[in-house]
Amino acid sequence: MPSTEITIRNVTFKNPVLTASGTFGYGLECEAFLDVSRLGGVVTKSISRKPRDGNPPQRIAETTAGMLNSIGLANVGVDVFLQSKLPLLRERGATTIVNIAASSIEEYCEVLEMCEEQEGVSGYEINVSCPNVKDGGLNFGTHCPSVAQITRELRRRTEKMLAIKLTPNVTSIGEFARACEAEGADAVSCVNTFIGMAVDVRTRRPKIATITGGYSGPAIKPIALAKVYEARKAVSIPIIGIGGIMSAEDAIEFMIVGASLVQVGTALFIDPAAGVKIAAGIEGYLAEQKMDSVRDLIGSLDTSMQPSLIAAGWS
Amino acid sequence: MFQETVTILESRQVADNVHTLAFASERIARATRPGQFLNIKPNSSLDPLLRRAYSVHRIEGDRVEIIYNIVGQGSAIFASKRPGDPLDVLGPLGVPFHYEGEYATAVLVSGGVGIAPMPVLGAALAALGKRVINIHGARTAGMIANDGRLIDPRFATDDGSLGFRGNVVGALGQYLEQEGAADLRVFACGPNRMLSALGGFCNARGIALEVSLECQMACGIGICQGCPVEMGTGDRKYTLVCTHGPNYDFRDIILDSLPSVH
Ligand SMILES: Cc1cc2nc3c(=O)[nH]c(=O)nc-3n(C[C@H](O)[C@H](O)[C@H](O)COP(=O)(O)OP(=O)(O)OC[C@H]3O[C@@H](n4cnc5c(N)ncnc54)[C@H](O)[C@@H]3O)c2cc1C
Ligand SMILES: Cc1cc2nc3c(=O)[nH]c(=O)nc-3n(C[C@H](O)[C@H](O)[C@H](O)COP(=O)(O)O)c2cc1C
Ligand code: FES
Repeated sequence: MPSTEITIRNVTFKNPVLTASGTFGYGLECEAFLDVSRLGGVVTKSISRKPRDGNPPQRIAETTAGMLNSIGLANVGVDVFLQSKLPLLRERGATTIVNIAASSIEEYCEVLEMCEEQEGVSGYEINVSCPNVKDGGLNFGTHCPSVAQITRELRRRTEKMLAIKLTPNVTSIGEFARACEAEGADAVSCVNTFIGMAVDVRTRRPKIATITGGYSGPAIKPIALAKVYEARKAVSIPIIGIGGIMSAEDAIEFMIVGASLVQVGTALFIDPAAGVKIAAGIEGYLAEQKMDSVRDLIGSLDTSMQPSLIAAGWS
Repeated sequence: MFQETVTILESRQVADNVHTLAFASERIARATRPGQFLNIKPNSSLDPLLRRAYSVHRIEGDRVEIIYNIVGQGSAIFASKRPGDPLDVLGPLGVPFHYEGEYATAVLVSGGVGIAPMPVLGAALAALGKRVINIHGARTAGMIANDGRLIDPRFATDDGSLGFRGNVVGALGQYLEQEGAADLRVFACGPNRMLSALGGFCNARGIALEVSLECQMACGIGICQGCPVEMGTGDRKYTLVCTHGPNYDFRDIILDSLPSVH
């Protein structure tokens, strides 16, 4: 049996497949379909200090092989999360990564410190990049010094795994990844949703209430892969690959390009058990390829140039 | 809640742009309660990507039927299905109609394909010994499947080609004039505009009204937060139609907060 374990800092994930933030609720809604302990991990919906109602409807629209969302970080808030969600995740044996969203650096720190006191939190993913809220969110995520400062402040406060989730809506994601690495992040998650838009031509109204929203699903996979590739070239800390993963093959592509872990998001809306199936598919692939460990996949992209390209001066 | 690949038994057109699709599933047939819905994948392709929500229309033994209009890409694919084809179905989902309690008569009001939940609801009510009548409206007679699928049906058409000339609210008014409004509850499903007019009518007369809503959904199971409707009561701002609904006491929700879909 090939090994599927991946360790980042002090967390060992039993396989490289996690559920993406905001696409699997609090990890407790889908028990009819899967056993969450069989996932590499569960990343929670973004948790803020206070509960958030989220944006008005319409919050979602389907697009060609993808979707737009403007949920607006609707969540129960950290108090309710710690009281009534986290203990159940722990009981069910989930490796839980708490995703934190905030509108100020103080709020990020406060939520993280509250989680520090609890059992059952394996690590953190910091959402600096949600495109759907007016305050904070993308303002932090597109401003490199802010991302660096958030990373620095949170790093001082935890010994647990700290991943920073980056937005792809920047000119150079590599620069942001480097800032996170320099400030002590254990990993960067690439990527959050792309800014997208859709219009109903009969009414000439935008299809979602906030006009633009987060674009996800299989349609974004090639762009997300290119972002992971760019981050891979910029940093040596682990990358968590996200964007349009629907199958084991998609996940393997991300790992070959350089991701150590992957997250499955939109796919869960169609098949809530997709994460477990993708993990099994990766294991099957490793066996078929006679590979001993999933770690051998990471960054194994063959970019050696074809002689004709080198001859044409493309080196 | 199950995810199951079922086999299609029958695919039919039953009225102008009204189609039915029936499949076999013992588990879904047995588990479904009145007003619950299914989330069905049009095909295995990535486009269309998401599942489509459909109320369970009829259950006979292991046979489960949905009824639908062709409005876009997904529903057109459903209409091209043939007996023997596989279908990826997830459900039953949502909170059933709250139909138990002390009252004598249930009036089931539906507009167009809002007819969908009424046969299953009607059967459950009849089993409880309630008197059941249906008021079903459409633009014209040709859009109505008048083939015995509703208990004690009264029809309303905009052009008067079948039954009452006018909308279902008018037809309900006529019914109440004749039969009185005592000890009665109304259950309704149809376009938001119809539900809104019906809500105004019932509120003004103090008649209990439960509505079955539709709104766009991504997951149908409470993991995306994509399907909010504003609450008119309680201290939460929004309720999720897929997991707290789709069936609500009309007074608990603010229907106008929902953007119109089709
Ligand atoms: C709980 C519930 C029960 C429903 N029951 C029925 C039923 O019994 N019969 C029936 O004909 N229809 C029903 N609908 C509406 C049905 O889901 C839509 O007509 C269907 O999704 C349209 O898909 P499409 O690909 O043909 O249309 P498109 O317009 O191509 O769809 C584009 C996107 O919008 C969504 N969408 C479009 N219209 C609606 C709508 N009215 N409601 C929700 N999502 C929509 C689709 O799911 C898809 O994601 C129900 C909806 C809900 C939420
Ligand atoms: C409905 C929805 C809600 C989301 N909510 C969050 C969130 O709360 N926090 C976050 O960091 N990312 C959120 N995301 C982004 C996903 O975690 C993921 O980065 C993105 O969807 C790309 O992956 P996918 O194509 O596999 O869905 C959300 C995505 C969707 C579709
Ligand atoms: S449709 Fe996803 S939460 Fe309701």
